[in-house]
Amino acid sequence: MINFQYSRATDVADAILLLAAHPGAKLIAGGTNLIDLMKENVEQPSRLIDISRLPLRKIEETADGGLRIGALVPNSDLAYHPLVEQRYPLLASAILAGASAQLRNMASVGGNLMQRTRCAYFYDTATPCNKQTPGSGCSAIDGRNRNHAILGTSASCIATNPSDMSVALAALGALVHIAGPSGERAMALTDFHRLPGDTPHIDTDLGTGEIITAIELPPRGFAHNYSYLKIRDRLSYAFALVSVAAALELEGDTISEARVALGGVAHKPWRSLEAETALRGQAATTDRFSRAADLLLRGATASSHNRFKIELARRAIVRTLTQAASATPQSQAHKKIA
Amino acid sequence: MNAYVGTATSRVDGRAKVTGAAKYAGEFAADGLAHGFVVAATIPRGRIARLDTSETLKVKGVLDVLTHAHRPPLADKDEAWKDEVAPEEGSPFRPLYDDSIKFNGQPIALVVAEDWETAKFAATLVRVDYQEEQSFATDLEAERSKGAEVKQLHKPRGDAARALAGASVRHEADYFVPTEHHNPMELFATTTVWDGNGRLTVYDKTQGVQNVHKFLCSVFGKKPDDIRVLSPYVGGAFGSGLRPQYQVVLATLAALALERSVRVGLTRQQMYGLGHRPATIERVGLGAKPDGTLDAVTHEATAVTSRYEDFSRNDTGWAEQLYKSPNSRFSHKLVRLDVSTPCDMRAPGAASGVCALECAMDELAVALKLDPIELRLKSYSDRDQSEDLPYTSKQLRECYARGAEAFGWSRRNPAPRSMRDGKELVGWGMATGVWEALQMPVAARIVLTANGHAEVSCAASDIGTGTYTIVAQVAADALGLPIENISVRLADSTLPQAPVEGGSWMAASSAHAVLGAAEDIRQDLARLASTMPASPLGGVDAADVILVDGTISKNGDKGRAVSIADAMRYGKLERLEKQKLNQFAEDKSHARNTHSAVFAEVKVDEQLGVIRVTRVVSAVAAGRILNTKTGRSQIMGGVVWGIGMALHEETVMDHRFGRIMNPNIAEYHIPVNADIHDIDVIFVEERDDRINRLGVKGLGEIGIVGVPAAIANAVYHATGKRIRRFPITLDKLLD
Ligand SMILES: Cc1cc2nc3c(=O)[nH]c(=O)nc-3n(C[C@H](O)[C@H](O)[C@H](O)COP(=O)(O)OP(=O)(O)OC[C@H]3O[C@@H](n4cnc5c(N)ncnc54)[C@H](O)[C@@H]3O)c2cc1C
Ligand code: SF4
Repeated sequence: MINFQYSRATDVADAILLLAAHPGAKLIAGGTNLIDLMKENVEQPSRLIDISRLPLRKIEETADGGLRIGALVPNSDLAYHPLVEQRYPLLASAILAGASAQLRNMASVGGNLMQRTRCAYFYDTATPCNKQTPGSGCSAIDGRNRNHAILGTSASCIATNPSDMSVALAALGALVHIAGPSGERAMALTDFHRLPGDTPHIDTDLGTGEIITAIELPPRGFAHNYSYLKIRDRLSYAFALVSVAAALELEGDTISEARVALGGVAHKPWRSLEAETALRGQAATTDRFSRAADLLLRGATASSHNRFKIELARRAIVRTLTQAASATPQSQAHKKIA
Repeated sequence: MNAYVGTATSRVDGRAKVTGAAKYAGEFAADGLAHGFVVAATIPRGRIARLDTSETLKVKGVLDVLTHAHRPPLADKDEAWKDEVAPEEGSPFRPLYDDSIKFNGQPIALVVAEDWETAKFAATLVRVDYQEEQSFATDLEAERSKGAEVKQLHKPRGDAARALAGASVRHEADYFVPTEHHNPMELFATTTVWDGNGRLTVYDKTQGVQNVHKFLCSVFGKKPDDIRVLSPYVGGAFGSGLRPQYQVVLATLAALALERSVRVGLTRQQMYGLGHRPATIERVGLGAKPDGTLDAVTHEATAVTSRYEDFSRNDTGWAEQLYKSPNSRFSHKLVRLDVSTPCDMRAPGAASGVCALECAMDELAVALKLDPIELRLKSYSDRDQSEDLPYTSKQLRECYARGAEAFGWSRRNPAPRSMRDGKELVGWGMATGVWEALQMPVAARIVLTANGHAEVSCAASDIGTGTYTIVAQVAADALGLPIENISVRLADSTLPQAPVEGGSWMAASSAHAVLGAAEDIRQDLARLASTMPASPLGGVDAADVILVDGTISKNGDKGRAVSIADAMRYGKLERLEKQKLNQFAEDKSHARNTHSAVFAEVKVDEQLGVIRVTRVVSAVAAGRILNTKTGRSQIMGGVVWGIGMALHEETVMDHRFGRIMNPNIAEYHIPVNADIHDIDVIFVEERDDRINRLGVKGLGEIGIVGVPAAIANAVYHATGKRIRRFPITLDKLLD
């Protein structure tokens, strides 16, 4: 780990000023990802701007009946908040599928959105990686890529975004609130993370001088028909091979609204509006779910070790939609896939 | 009298451990303690062309950077570097010795600073240029043909090749076990305390303080009195601490260089540069007669070793302990690769070899349409095949019976994919486990004080297995004292002799050392008591006297007793001290083994391939169980590890870089709570009057052996898919 300077931001404006004054500085919230990367010398910030005491810890209802979640709300507080449990159980479930209880206690909402890929080469300064050192090459493309992306990859990078929370947020149509030198703005979460293209070192559309202040959930919570299913190499405490967030509204047996987002398969949470459109107005049947899976996975390509993820994703989508339709969501506490 | 031996006695060190009072190697304080951080090589093979430490040395707080070109002298003969458990063949690794790079992750410099963070930061400023050797290799499968035969413990019998070729039913296949790392919870660390005048007290994470002591003395040319090694508590080691690891050399080297106390701790990542279970290809061939009895067994293991040492263990001979077969042939080949030397890891050899053998037996049972237990019973051997010797005891038949009963094996439908539970396919599999019942010379000292307390001491380590507790139990019973009155000191090189703690030999060996010393105490006390005026023990033969409830009494007649305190007062003894080296009588007329039968239930999501091990029954025959509580824990730990070996564990290498890509416990998977369901441990009664006085065999390794195979066999039964490449991850079931 290299030496760094440290400042504690007093409010959001101060954080923005500090960011502007110190190129090479990084914000630190829970530290669960950033410190790990600093220990590996992958991240080498010249200064840490500690935002953990900023007043961004509230969960409030918005005027239109949605929810505004401060960027520093710990992941566990969010998952166990009564309004989230009741109205957005998909989000609660996705958070509880991630990491461990200890990590969720430390991890913040903003940090979770900004967490970096778990690609092993990215974590190792001794191996080439375009995300770490642009232009050095991608070691994963011809290397150990069993858990790499199958959608939206590029010739420069095939890494995945590891967040579970973001997958649920993508399905729920969340907004990201951002503050920066030129004021405040908001953007859809689905636009927040980028595909790698030829700039894989840039994960998101957050500007270097900007800070995430909140997440906003629209009123629609899909509290009845939802499920978050995470398939991984052990039953807990592992990153997803594939995860699926499914949210449905049903009228009788007919799907009136559908959202499906995938995790572990791309550089960002993966949605397909086409797949969702294809579900709307249709009966909630396995055939329809399979069709949606085909649409979601259209264009999926495999690398040397991850071909299985395409078929696994297909089956996981069908299973998750089935769970959602039957109002029997996947439990994150049972030692079992329902 | 057995008030404690054989009972579920709680760990005597449990409280110290959970309250944090127990101190580990990296926790000992010393005045002026400096901290060393290791700089590790990032190439697998080559030379250090240039090592520039100038920027590092400029950092405030940095005291020195030790390198091969800048360090105190180290021994230059291989013999000096050969510790008690070093492989016979080869030249042990010498940290910071010269400019050669032998494996990725090798230490090439030690930055020593006033504090750990400074050392860690300054280490990033060390500049290294390598002269890389392009022709390196780390991939066993690619290099398999280079395997060179090592000497076999088991001679061939009959003509196995011919018998296998001509067998009416035959099974032959390769099984692959990947590289695995121990990952003990406690990180490797050494605190070397500079006591002045070149004398050192070394707190080390090790399984053998006397091994480390001897090693350090020879490596640094020190006299035995100059160095003392302690390791009072060890947070798991599983074999990784059998050989002195490089951090103990570095901490000691730095202490000598700076003439002050130095601690060197390794990071989790750096620990992947230590030893490992070698990746192994196990080729097993089984031939059976039409009636299902075995006619041929062949087993060839091809395992990784380093380029500088030949590490090999007995992977292949285990069939000789388990099954009658007139023809057998075993061979073990080593492929030298650019990796660090492998080392022992729980049940070395057997964990991998028996896994393959027992998967193969399952495949043969399927081919013969026989129940897997029936197949095993048809060739059940009451004699060690290789040496043609009977066993001191072997209750394996009973293990099969008790295990099957508890598991409900008779309700198994043999057809694959025939049992299900909702979306999950259910599979039941079983396998046999076997390990050796070894015992070694160990000495113990007992100091009995007139107030009825005893201190028992021995250099043996307790690596979490429960040695402290067993020693206290045996001493309490032998001395007739409550266990609270016994204090135990272990793992100090100045204490009575003990070998490294490994091989499952320490329970039996240390227990008998304690018995031996206690026996001398008893004789002295009996003599003393019988000479007391009007002694109730007058005329009683010393052999007829026992120690019980704080008294010296006639066996079977509590009325004739003298209190230990009275006898010692009479003899004007404040303390009575006895030390005894216990040597087990050599007995070449019998084979000694522990056995188990393992039964596993798996549930596999038919669509998604997710595997759950919902039940394991492990029926173990291992002689007398000294402590049913720590013993059960030991077996449960073995089962959990076996689940990991079956489903999770794999050190992933990128062979293009010769580099381990998952050197952390987020990505190197072991089971977590969610992966563990019911584990039922059955200790099958096994009386063994021949093996040793207490009839004890040891439990350290047997718990893992057989578990991976039972699970793999259950996965086959559930899915109809035979996965011969471990770990069995869900992608292998989806194809
Ligand atoms: C062993 C392990 C297992 C894990 N498993 C999972 C898992 O299964 N699923 C999962 O989803 N996650 C998992 N995680 C990741 C975990 O969720 C993230 O580390 C955590 O969410 C990051 O939050 P933080 O507050 O600690 O971020 P930090 O580490 O403090 O910061 C991470 C990044 O976010 C930036 N940042 C933080 N806050 C803001 C803000 N308000 N505005 C702009 N930038 C900001 C920081 O500058 C930094 O670059 C795991 C982590 C570990 C260590
Ligand atoms: S996949 Fe992306 S993160 Fe991984 S090595 Fe390639 S460029 Fe780096």
